[in-house]
Amino acid sequence: MYLSEQTRQKIMELRDRYPARLAAVLPVLHLVYDEFGYLGTDQLDEAADALGISRLDMNETASFYTLFPKHKVGKYLIQVCDNISCALRGADNLVSYLESKLGIKVGGTTPDGLFTLWTVECLGSCGTAPMMQVNDKYYERLTREKVDKLLEAWRNSK
Amino acid sequence: MTNKILFKYIDHPDQDKIATYIENGGYLALRKALKEFKPEELVELIKKSGLRGRGGAGFPTGLKWSFLPKNMNKPIYLIINADESEPGTFKDRQLMEYNPHQLLEGTIIAAYAIKCHLVFIYIRGEFAYCAQQISRAIQEASSHGFVGKNILGSGFDLDIHIYRGGGAYICGEETSLMESIEGRRALSRQKPPFPAIEGLWACPTIINNVETISNIPHIINNGAEWFASIGMAKSVGTKIYCLSGHVKRPGNYELPMGVSLRELIYEYGGGIIDDYALKAVIPGGSSVPILRADEIDVKMDFESLAEKGSMLGSAGVIVMHDGTCMVAALQKLVKFYEHESCGKCSPCREGTNWMNKILKRMLAGEGRPEDVDLLYDVASNIIGNTVCPLGDAAAMPVMSFIRKFRDEFDNICGGGKPYGTISFPFR
Ligand SMILES: Cc1cc2nc3c(=O)[nH]c(=O)nc-3n(C[C@H](O)[C@H](O)[C@H](O)COP(=O)(O)O)c2cc1C
Ligand code: SF4
Ligand code: FES
Repeated sequence: MYLSEQTRQKIMELRDRYPARLAAVLPVLHLVYDEFGYLGTDQLDEAADALGISRLDMNETASFYTLFPKHKVGKYLIQVCDNISCALRGADNLVSYLESKLGIKVGGTTPDGLFTLWTVECLGSCGTAPMMQVNDKYYERLTREKVDKLLEAWRNSK
Repeated sequence: MTNKILFKYIDHPDQDKIATYIENGGYLALRKALKEFKPEELVELIKKSGLRGRGGAGFPTGLKWSFLPKNMNKPIYLIINADESEPGTFKDRQLMEYNPHQLLEGTIIAAYAIKCHLVFIYIRGEFAYCAQQISRAIQEASSHGFVGKNILGSGFDLDIHIYRGGGAYICGEETSLMESIEGRRALSRQKPPFPAIEGLWACPTIINNVETISNIPHIINNGAEWFASIGMAKSVGTKIYCLSGHVKRPGNYELPMGVSLRELIYEYGGGIIDDYALKAVIPGGSSVPILRADEIDVKMDFESLAEKGSMLGSAGVIVMHDGTCMVAALQKLVKFYEHESCGKCSPCREGTNWMNKILKRMLAGEGRPEDVDLLYDVASNIIGNTVCPLGDAAAMPVMSFIRKFRDEFDNICGGGKPYGTISFPFR
């Protein structure tokens, strides 16, 4: 048993919420992600069983969506937008700055398991670039000073 | 100065609370709509107002609603498209965060007009705060009797579901969005049938953008003539222009349709940063053809931009100064479409992959002189040959960048140094 009783309960409530059961798949993916921070195959199988749909349907849909990591990531998942508007405001150098501060490359996780660094596509925050999303929060109009402070605070919070 | 409609209360910190919203005239339009109008009359009113979709295509909203089949025994669905993910676009997010009730009131009125009893608000997955705001707004509205059974004693029932996306740009395309809600991989559907005839679960479905629907309460309150009198002859009302890139004051600006692009950049945006000169502007989100600095004396509305060979699209205005390398800028756009292609049809799936490969090779200094034509050729074989418009969206920037900045591409492929960079300082 991977899923908590609470998540399982919420999944049960979603079974008949929509005109068709399959419509609950994406909401269920959010529930599993909220509990674990990623979508593991075992968790997805259990979620499919709880929802009462085939494991295959669950996995097929889940694999389409890039919002959810499929493996365990750091406690703080740092996602920097490096699309056009952010790039024009220094996103690529923000990425290099984070790489050197964290001692990892894009795609990597720090050995203490605290930080994972990804680049992602436009996050709808182009007017306040450069920016990054960390877990489900946005940090905008970033400067070196702001990034230093944030990293410091997260390191101290472990 | 202009009169803001959607952003009128943008400096009001509590506009997202129902008490403040009501104090500022909120939900009067809903009362009026339910009391004074039959659903069909509302459809006519919206038609008369000239309101056109703000999600990118500019399709007349009232006309879309009137395509719904009459006297069907199937349920009708309304989907609010809040998947905002076109690079350079960030207006729907602000509309939802600062004024969720404005969207909600518009949604309830729209649902009543099209005889829908179940709405899905499809919010892009990353917008967690928007989802919270809308969810709280729905609770507040329910406790005031604006959502639920027998709304304000009218006999009209409505349920609203918030549906959160999973990080795929293609889900903003209406048929993919419906696949997504149905719980499958979000591959676009071939049209026709159009959603108004056969949409969600094969039932008639209307899909409208957040900004489109946020306009509805104001049209009810002030009348169709009032709305039609703002802006241009065919593009009416205000528009939220999203200004980003190399301007001094990036951000959202609500202005009448047809404001000049030059004014937008230099008056509202404060001009170009660090005293550079302007090089180019993408006027309508990453998918539309680019304009050169000498082409910015254009009005920002659907028709005027089309005349200039570009499009208003989502009104995401991306400004680039003359230190920018156009080859590198284009690669940023193309890698996006490669990543977001749903993979259903090969011109888009394979073409975006090839275009990115060619551009990366150019940037690595390994481009061959014939690569410029090759790149253009790949793009022109995608355009018009795909199931959904994402293929065109990927091809149009490529073709326009090459047409307008051909010398930069030729130069890089001839072994020359790039004319600029995409690696801007982070301070
Ligand atoms: C690839 C692609 C992405 C799209 N993304 C969005 C989006 O994020 N938000 C949106 O409102 N419309 C988007 N659209 C347009 C929708 O398909 C649809 O036309 C629109 O939501 C209709 O609403 P409107 O008539 O109010 O503009 C997209 C279209 C395409 C082809
Ligand atoms: S054009 Fe691209 S995104 Fe659209 S259906 Fe084809 S592969 Fe999918
Ligand atoms: S381009 Fe970075 S948030 Fe839009």
